[in-house]
Amino acid sequence: MSEVRTLVIDGHDVAANSDQTLLSVARENGIAIPTLCHLEGLTDIGACRLCMVEVEGSKKLLPACVTSVQEGMRVTTNSERLLEYRRRVIEMFFLERNHVCAVCVANNSCELQSAARALSLTHFELSPLHPEVEVDATHERFVLDQNRCILCGRCVRVCDEIEGAHVWDIRGRGANARLVSDMGTPWGESTTCTSCGKCVQVCPTGALFEKGRSVAEPKARRPYVPYLVGHHRRA
Amino acid sequence: MSEIIIEPVTRIEGHAKITIFLDDAGEVRDAHFHVTQVRGFERIAQGRPVHEMPSLMARICGICPVSHLVASAKACDEVLGVSVPPVAVRLRRVINLAQIVQSHALSFFHLSSPDLLLGFDSDPAARNIVGVAEHAPELARDGIALRKFGQEIIERLGGKRVHPAWVVPGGVSAPLQPDQRDAILATIPDARARAIRALNWFKANLADWAEEAARFGSFPSLYMGLVHETGNAAYSDGELRIVDQRGKRLLDGADPKRYQEYFGESVEPWSYLKSTYYKPMGYPEGIYRVGPLARLNVVDQLGTEAADQELAEYRARLGRYPNSSFHYHWARLIEIVHCIDMVEELLADPGILGSDVRARAAINRTEGVGVSEAPRGTLFHHYKVDQDGIVQWVNLVIATGHNNLAMNRSVAQVAKHYVKGADVREGALNRVEAVIRTYDPCLSCSTHAVGQMPMQVDIVDPDGAVVRRLSRDGG
Repeated sequence: MSEVRTLVIDGHDVAANSDQTLLSVARENGIAIPTLCHLEGLTDIGACRLCMVEVEGSKKLLPACVTSVQEGMRVTTNSERLLEYRRRVIEMFFLERNHVCAVCVANNSCELQSAARALSLTHFELSPLHPEVEVDATHERFVLDQNRCILCGRCVRVCDEIEGAHVWDIRGRGANARLVSDMGTPWGESTTCTSCGKCVQVCPTGALFEKGRSVAEPKARRPYVPYLVGHHRRA
Repeated sequence: MSEIIIEPVTRIEGHAKITIFLDDAGEVRDAHFHVTQVRGFERIAQGRPVHEMPSLMARICGICPVSHLVASAKACDEVLGVSVPPVAVRLRRVINLAQIVQSHALSFFHLSSPDLLLGFDSDPAARNIVGVAEHAPELARDGIALRKFGQEIIERLGGKRVHPAWVVPGGVSAPLQPDQRDAILATIPDARARAIRALNWFKANLADWAEEAARFGSFPSLYMGLVHETGNAAYSDGELRIVDQRGKRLLDGADPKRYQEYFGESVEPWSYLKSTYYKPMGYPEGIYRVGPLARLNVVDQLGTEAADQELAEYRARLGRYPNSSFHYHWARLIEIVHCIDMVEELLADPGILGSDVRARAAINRTEGVGVSEAPRGTLFHHYKVDQDGIVQWVNLVIATGHNNLAMNRSVAQVAKHYVKGADVREGALNRVEAVIRTYDPCLSCSTHAVGQMPMQVDIVDPDGAVVRRLSRDGG
């Protein structure tokens, strides 16, 4: 049963239900916190670490998408430390795989690119890993380009929670983690994939895309997808 | 015995050096044009989805990305096994013609006109487009305006001036809008007037460059270009024609897809740029040239009125098959006029606004060859993909590679005439560079390898010692 909680975010007194996360309360009150793995309607998993906030009394930064509100919390969503942290997170996303915006299908419609722009990430300080990773084009209609995957897991959750097919999983750990279909069989041979395309719709980058899409071509908008994944809850 | 090195070669696109070899008497024995940079796009593309290829390949060059877009998209059309809608074929022509205008303008006005206007022996510090602007502001302005004309068409069609993503496998990504067409048409008269003015200036001064014209790569060779069935010049379509210096057609109506039957490639240890040669004649006898001079030699006529009048005068004054690379300049200016005319002709047809501009298909073939005329000559893209459309193998045969043998021979010819011993005046070495500029080589396009080495001229003695090195900072 939910109860009312009061807390302070960036100096503003706000009220919330006890079952809300910091992210949802902040957004309700018009306070922007950047996210990549979060998608309204899907279970939050705190994977991307972009929504980290400072909470008074905690030395560690906490991910707003999976931190429940508590009475009397004092939260900061925007500080030099947080901005630097978020910039570094985005930088590492770019460097962990091969993101070549100029020739990417998602150029100009990419959430990773937008986040980098919003955070004024102008250059990289770390060295890129340049891993050799696979492009799986075995599916009749879609392509998985591991070069552009940031392991946000939106595709995993939308397929599991909304479509109910659970084609996708993340295998391996750390830099070796990879998105896999049907426990590691090529996507085109998947017996569980319904070819619904929801994973492609929710992908924030150019990792999952329609075959035949050329560079910088915006993805086709499917108006039903936001409803399926729960945008109606906000309304 | 000694060697003169010019490095970097200036006012060219990319990085190169020239080595001039002297004998014991100080006479020039030979000269080499070395391309010292490597780009590596044939390797970079492996493993990428084929639909990405046009945009990826366009990144080879910031000057002529459109030629790569067109050649690449045509190779992809083959992989898809589609017929490109006729409107898209014509739109691709327009954007490629616009690019030829802007690239030719860059070559003639920005890179070569300083030598022509100010003199090959003039002060190197002022021998540039700024110097041109001081002495002949109208000429400089015409050059800048013609570049702008071409770049604006590319932007109006493709969304941006450099590396537009609009040319896609199967056609183009969006139809032409009437307001864009009208905006382009409105710029035609001004561009034409400027091109004709520059052409008249060049013709009026031709006699002043008689010595250079006689020695700047003046030798017989074969010539290649794309030609329509009508005998008109083709830039985005057409078939291959090769003629010799007397006009004998060694190849005509040839399918560009069979390019490997016609051309061999040889590698020299001193350059990253491969030399292509006409296979039936072997290496190095199968020397041929591509680009403006070659295209004007292979075509029966260009196909537009104003340009054909200019072509008639060109042929009347130089002969039917001019063989000096100096005449690339004149040919380039005539092509600017022709391309402007063609843009107008293509856009004047209301059908150009048609909305059927893209054919879509899955992967139907695992191999495709595409060809286009880049500003500096014929360009081939050849891909092999797997059944899912992932690129496995790429071969790029680029205009500058076709011209490599001729460029080397030209450098040697100019050096032999102007260079005597290691104590050479700057103006002589500038002529050695200037003959390279006539070809408007694009080294970034032509070497699929990585590097940064500006232009250098070495004069080498018979024992291989460098007796003189003329070096310039890169840039």
